[in-house]
Amino acid sequence: MADVTLTVDGKKITAPAGTLLIDACRKAGIEIPAFCYYPGLSLQAACRMCVVRIEKIPKLQTACTTPVAEGMIVATDTDEIKQSRKAMLQLVLANHPLDCPVCDAGGECELQDMTFKYGAADSNFVDVKNHREEQQWSPVVYFDRPRCILCYRCVRVCGEGMDVWALGVQNRGVSSVIAPNGGDHLDCEECGMCIDICPVGALTSGTYRYKTRPWEMTHVGTICTHCGDGCKTTLGMRSSGDGMEIIRGDNRDKSGINGDFLCVKGRYAFDFANHKDRLTQPLLRNAEGKLTPTSWEDALAFAAQRLRKIRDTRGGEQIGIIGSNRTTNEESYLLQKFARSVLGTNNIDHHRTADYVSFAKALAGQEQRAASLRETETAPAILLIGNDPTEQHPMLAWNLRANVRHNRARIYIVNHQEIKLRRQATSFLKISADTYSTCTRFLAGEENSAFGAEATALREALSKEPNLLIVFGAELHGSAIESLVRYGLSLPDTKFACLGDYVNSRGAADMGMYPDMLPGYVPVQQPGAFATEYGERFPAAPGLDLPSMLDAAARGNLAALYVVGSNPVHRYGVAAASLKNTFLIVQDMFLTETALLADVVLPIANLYEKAGTVTNTYGDLQFVKKAADRSGVRTDLELIVRLADKMGADVHSLVPFGQGTRADMGQSRGAQSGEADRHAVWLAAQNLEPKLSPFDPSALLDEIQRLVPGYHFSRLELFSGNDQHVQATAHNTGLVQIVNPAERRDGVLPSEDTLFTSGTLGHYSGKLTEIHDSRNKEILVAAD
Amino acid sequence: MTTEAPMEAQTIFSPELAARFDKLVTLYPVRRSALIPMLLYAQDEQGYVTDAAIREIAQRIGITPLDVRNVLSYYSLLRTKPVGKYHVQVCTNISCMLRGGQKLFEHCKQRLGVGHKETTPDGIFSLEEVECIGACSWAPAVQVNYDFHDNLTADAMDAVLDQYRKQAEK
Repeated sequence: MADVTLTVDGKKITAPAGTLLIDACRKAGIEIPAFCYYPGLSLQAACRMCVVRIEKIPKLQTACTTPVAEGMIVATDTDEIKQSRKAMLQLVLANHPLDCPVCDAGGECELQDMTFKYGAADSNFVDVKNHREEQQWSPVVYFDRPRCILCYRCVRVCGEGMDVWALGVQNRGVSSVIAPNGGDHLDCEECGMCIDICPVGALTSGTYRYKTRPWEMTHVGTICTHCGDGCKTTLGMRSSGDGMEIIRGDNRDKSGINGDFLCVKGRYAFDFANHKDRLTQPLLRNAEGKLTPTSWEDALAFAAQRLRKIRDTRGGEQIGIIGSNRTTNEESYLLQKFARSVLGTNNIDHHRTADYVSFAKALAGQEQRAASLRETETAPAILLIGNDPTEQHPMLAWNLRANVRHNRARIYIVNHQEIKLRRQATSFLKISADTYSTCTRFLAGEENSAFGAEATALREALSKEPNLLIVFGAELHGSAIESLVRYGLSLPDTKFACLGDYVNSRGAADMGMYPDMLPGYVPVQQPGAFATEYGERFPAAPGLDLPSMLDAAARGNLAALYVVGSNPVHRYGVAAASLKNTFLIVQDMFLTETALLADVVLPIANLYEKAGTVTNTYGDLQFVKKAADRSGVRTDLELIVRLADKMGADVHSLVPFGQGTRADMGQSRGAQSGEADRHAVWLAAQNLEPKLSPFDPSALLDEIQRLVPGYHFSRLELFSGNDQHVQATAHNTGLVQIVNPAERRDGVLPSEDTLFTSGTLGHYSGKLTEIHDSRNKEILVAAD
Repeated sequence: MTTEAPMEAQTIFSPELAARFDKLVTLYPVRRSALIPMLLYAQDEQGYVTDAAIREIAQRIGITPLDVRNVLSYYSLLRTKPVGKYHVQVCTNISCMLRGGQKLFEHCKQRLGVGHKETTPDGIFSLEEVECIGACSWAPAVQVNYDFHDNLTADAMDAVLDQYRKQAEK
C-alpha cells in the first residue's frame, strides 16, 4: 500500500496506509503503552492506555484502533496524556491486589512497569478490595481473579490464535470475569499461551508458580527438544545442588522462528531433566549380570576394548549403531563418522519418522524448493496432505491459522481423519487411510481412475494456484513422494515441506544416519570426497538398516550394538532374548527398555544441557545453546570422542579441532553471556577448553559446512540465534541410480505422538504425564 | 467456534419454538445474531435458560456453550435460575423513586415475605428490584411477567397481587 507521512511528537514518520498508529509509532521508536493491544490479534480498545492527542479531533484517541492518515499530527507524551494514563491505571489498580511481593509476574509485570512510569501509586479510591481465591483450571493453568485487568488478551489468543475458544468473558462492567469453558476448569490444548500473554499475574503456570522470582533465574533461549518444528523456548534456570536446574520454560525471548507461539511441550515438558530416575553414573553389567555403578574411566575403557576386539576379530559389519532423533547435528554427524571411519561399518540407522531420503532424491538438482517453517505463515495457498499438525506440529498449525486470519490464505487439506485444521480450510478432502499414494497420483494426473468429484474439484482448484506450498506427512513415502514432487514441479513456483516427528529427525537424516546414505544424501556407493575423508576403514557396501540389525542380532550375527539416545527395544517391540548374544552399549538419560538390556550404560546430557545445531523438519538450521547443567552426565559428543580415543583412533582426524579460530569462543555460552572475564571458567564448564578441545561442537560444524552438500549458512547469523534455511540435497543430478527405489525399504515408522506425548522422553516428563492422565480421566468420566 | 452442521434431531423445546428457531438462524447475515432472541424465547418457554437450552442453542448456531454463556451473563433480563410463576419486578429508578417506588418495593417484600431475587415457598411469586422499565409517566410502576401495572399505591399493589394469586389458584 502507498505510504503516508505523519508527524508524531514533532517527528516526521512514514508508514504504509492502513497501518495502525500504535504500530507506526512503535516502529519509529516511539513507545505507546498498551495492555489490550497485541499484534496479530483482533482489536479490543479496552485498556485506554494507548490514548494519544490527534490534532483537530476533540477527544483523546486510541492509537491501537486509529489507522495512520496523511498529514496527521499526533502527540503521544503530553501532560494531558500522562494524566489520562495515570487515571486509567488508578482505575485498574482500584481492585488489583498489591501482592507483587509474592506474585509470579513481579519483576516482569506490565502493570508494574506502567505504574512505575506514570506514577499511579497514589489512589483516590478508598473502597475495600474485593478478594477471590485463586482457582486451578488445569494441571498447568491457575487463575487469580483479582489480579486480572480484563485486557482480554488470553481470550483472543485462545480463540483466534489457537482456535480453541476455551476462555470467555462473563458478566459485565466491574463484575466482568474471565471464565473457562468447563465451568470451573479448562478443557483445552494446555498450550499455556494465555499465561505467556497475560500482562499481569492473573494467569499463572502450574510448573512455575511461587517457585522463584524472574530475576533470580538466568534465561537462555534455546531450541525445544520435542517435535520437528524446532521452536525456540526460553528456559529459566536456577542454581541447584547438582548443577543448573530448569525452573521455567516460556516464550519470553520472541526472536525465534516461532514468534509468539509455544505449545505445551516447549513450555512444560522440560522436567524430564529433573526426573528422579535420571542416570548420573555409568553402569556396567557385573559378573552376576546386574548393572552396577562404575567410573567413567572403567566404563569407557571396557566398552572401547570390547568394540575394538570385535572390530579386529570379527569385522566392522558385526557392529551396529542406532542413533537418535534428538542429538545435535554435530553429534549425529560424529556418530556416523565414528561408525564409518573408526568402527568400519555402514550398519548405522535411526528411528526414521519421515522419508527424507525419497524427498531429497525427488528434489535433487532443484534449488529453493524446500520451504522454511516461516513460509507457512505467508504462503498464499497451502496443500496439506496427511498429518495432524494441531497434534504433531503445533507451530505449523499456529502458522496456518495465522496465515488464514491475516492473509486469507487458502488451505487445502487431504486427510483420512477429520483433523481440526479443516475448520480453517478452503476445502477438505477425506480419503481412506490406505489411499494416500493413489490420491497423490490422482492429483498428479498419473492415476486415471476416477477418485470422486471432490478430488477432481481439488485438482482443478490446485491447478489455478500460482504459489502453492505442499506440506505432507509421513503417510506419504517412497514413490508417493516422488509423484507428489513431480506434480508440484509441474505447477509454477511450488514449494514443499516434509513432516517428521522430532527436533532433529531431519538433522539425523541430513547427517547421513542411514546405512546407505552419507551426509547430504550422498549414496554410500558413490562416496566422492567422503571416501578419502573417512579413511581406510570406510566400507564400500551399504550396511544394515535398523530392523535388519535387530534381526541379525536375534540370529546371533551382530556382535555389538551401540545405541545412542534411542529406545529401539520399546519402539520396535524387540524381545529381550534376541539381544542376549550382542554386546550392547546404551547412551541414555534413563534406564529405558533398551538400557535395561545393556552391558554398558552411559548417562548423557539432554539437548538443554549442551550446545550445537539442530535442523527442523523444514530444513531450518538453528543454534542450540547450553542452558541447564547436571553433574554426572556427559554429552553424546564427548562420549563418542572418548570412546574413539579409548579404541586407539586418531581423535584429530575424527574431530578437526584446534584448527584456526572458528571454534566456539563463547558464542554458545548462553546463561553466562556477557561476562568476558569468566571466559575460561565458562569454557571449562562447557567442556570447551581454551585450547579448543575435541569436544568442541564448532569444530565438527566446520566439517559439516565443508562436506555436507547444501549446508550453506552464516556463522554470524547462527550465533546470533537466527534460523537459516538449508537444503541438504545433492545437487548432482547425474547420479547413477544404484538401488531401484522400489527395492529400497524406506522404513518409516511415524511416532504418532500427540500434543501430550513425546516418545520415550515424554514418559519421563511428570507434567506431560499428569496432563495426559488428567485428560484420559475426563474422557472416562464422560463415557460413564 | 465450530462450523459443524448445527441441526440435531431431538430438541428440548416445543415443536413450535424449534420451528421458530430453525427459521430465526437463517434471518441474519451471521447465525450468531439470532442468539439473544433465542435465549429470550427459550427463557419464556422454560422459565429460565437451562443448561440444556444453552447446549442446544450453541449447537443450533454453531458456537460453543461458553460463547452462549458469555452473552447470557451480560444481560440482567436473562436468567439461569427459575423464578416464580409471577415475577414481580419493581422499578426503583428516579421517577418511580420520587413517587414512592422504594416504599412500594419494601411493601412487596413484606407482603410476599421474600427479598430481592427471591421466590415464595409456593413458587407463585418472585420479587426483583429492577432498573427503569420505561413507564416513568405513570410512576411508580411494576412489571409482572410481561404486564405493566402503574400509578401504584400499597393498596393497589395488594389488589394486583391478590388477582395473580387467584389466577394461580384457579
